[in-house]
Amino acid sequence: MSRAKVSRKSTAIDMTAMCDVAFLLLTFFILTSKFKVEDPVPVDTPGSSIQQPIPDDNLAVITVGSNKAFFSVDGSDVRIAALQEMGKLYNIQFTPDEERKFAATAIFGVPISQLKQFLNMDAEQKKSVQQSGIPRDSVSNELFNWIRESRKAAAALHQKQLRISIKGDSKEEYPVIKDIIAILQKQEVNKFSLITSLRGASK
Amino acid sequence: MAELDTSGGGKKGGKVRSKKASTRVDLTAMVDLAFLLITFFILTTTLSKPKAMDIAMPDKDEKKPDEQLAVAASRTMTIILGKDDKLEWFVGEPGKSAPTVDGYGKNGIRKALIEKGKEIQDKFGKYMVVIIKPSAKSVYKNTVDIIDEMNITAVKSYAIVDITPVEIGLLQKDGLY
Repeated sequence: MSRAKVSRKSTAIDMTAMCDVAFLLLTFFILTSKFKVEDPVPVDTPGSSIQQPIPDDNLAVITVGSNKAFFSVDGSDVRIAALQEMGKLYNIQFTPDEERKFAATAIFGVPISQLKQFLNMDAEQKKSVQQSGIPRDSVSNELFNWIRESRKAAAALHQKQLRISIKGDSKEEYPVIKDIIAILQKQEVNKFSLITSLRGASK
Repeated sequence: MAELDTSGGGKKGGKVRSKKASTRVDLTAMVDLAFLLITFFILTTTLSKPKAMDIAMPDKDEKKPDEQLAVAASRTMTIILGKDDKLEWFVGEPGKSAPTVDGYGKNGIRKALIEKGKEIQDKFGKYMVVIIKPSAKSVYKNTVDIIDEMNITAVKSYAIVDITPVEIGLLQKDGLY
């Protein structure tokens, strides 16, 4: 009389399929995630209860912090076109190499007279240099022109109205924001958005 | 690796066979790592997405000045933003009624907005109009907060307007400028 033997099963599970799925998902998330552009000045966006996310493309962002204005616009073709127009306006000739560098610059905040110098810096220098912000006084009004040329370029290249948003620091004093809004209103941009972050559950 | 040898027994005394190396690789650690990274990417992509608060400013067209007088003063609530996260509000024309000093958030202006909104709705049968006037001493956060309150309390009509000297005077009287 022999006892019925319980066949011992292997405890190893085939993980190949699981691994495949995991890496597939990983690839998807890496590719879809957008790299965060670091702001040249610390900007702490105020919280709000708004749920609507910012649009992914065709967006120009005016970043305001420490009384300085920075400008960034989506799309390298729009950037190059805007740079060329700005070059014509202020009589500065940009080389194709500089144009390429400008297309790769996510955000900048220097007067156009210093832009050439800024573009020829390497990445490390760009990070450490103190950018003085784009002048927005009524004499040169560079910010006004940057916005207008970008809007023109976006309309010509993509047949779309450029969406404009303001990303301001919580502690920024209102007159600075008022200046920016006045610049936008001067070119009849009455609809724009303010970039906020989601408020925590405290309120 | 982590694979258990379940072949049971050995072949004692049998022919010595050259051992075949298993082709199976233990993937547990790799899967662990992959899921960890997935979790990381999921969390960072959804949480860091900033929100866009759409606002429409009143048209600054000087050709149509009549449109600015279209609203009765009794139906408007004016909110003046002062320093130190404080605000003042009043209904009607400036100087006619004493402004109330209030704070932001749930226990501050929101109550007044809901109460007055209802009151004006009952009295006139029309919605309340809110005029927001940020002073030079207020910070950007205050403006965003007050627009947020507009969205929370579902105020149909609001506008951000430049502050006038009379209203700066009101703020100064209460030490908010």
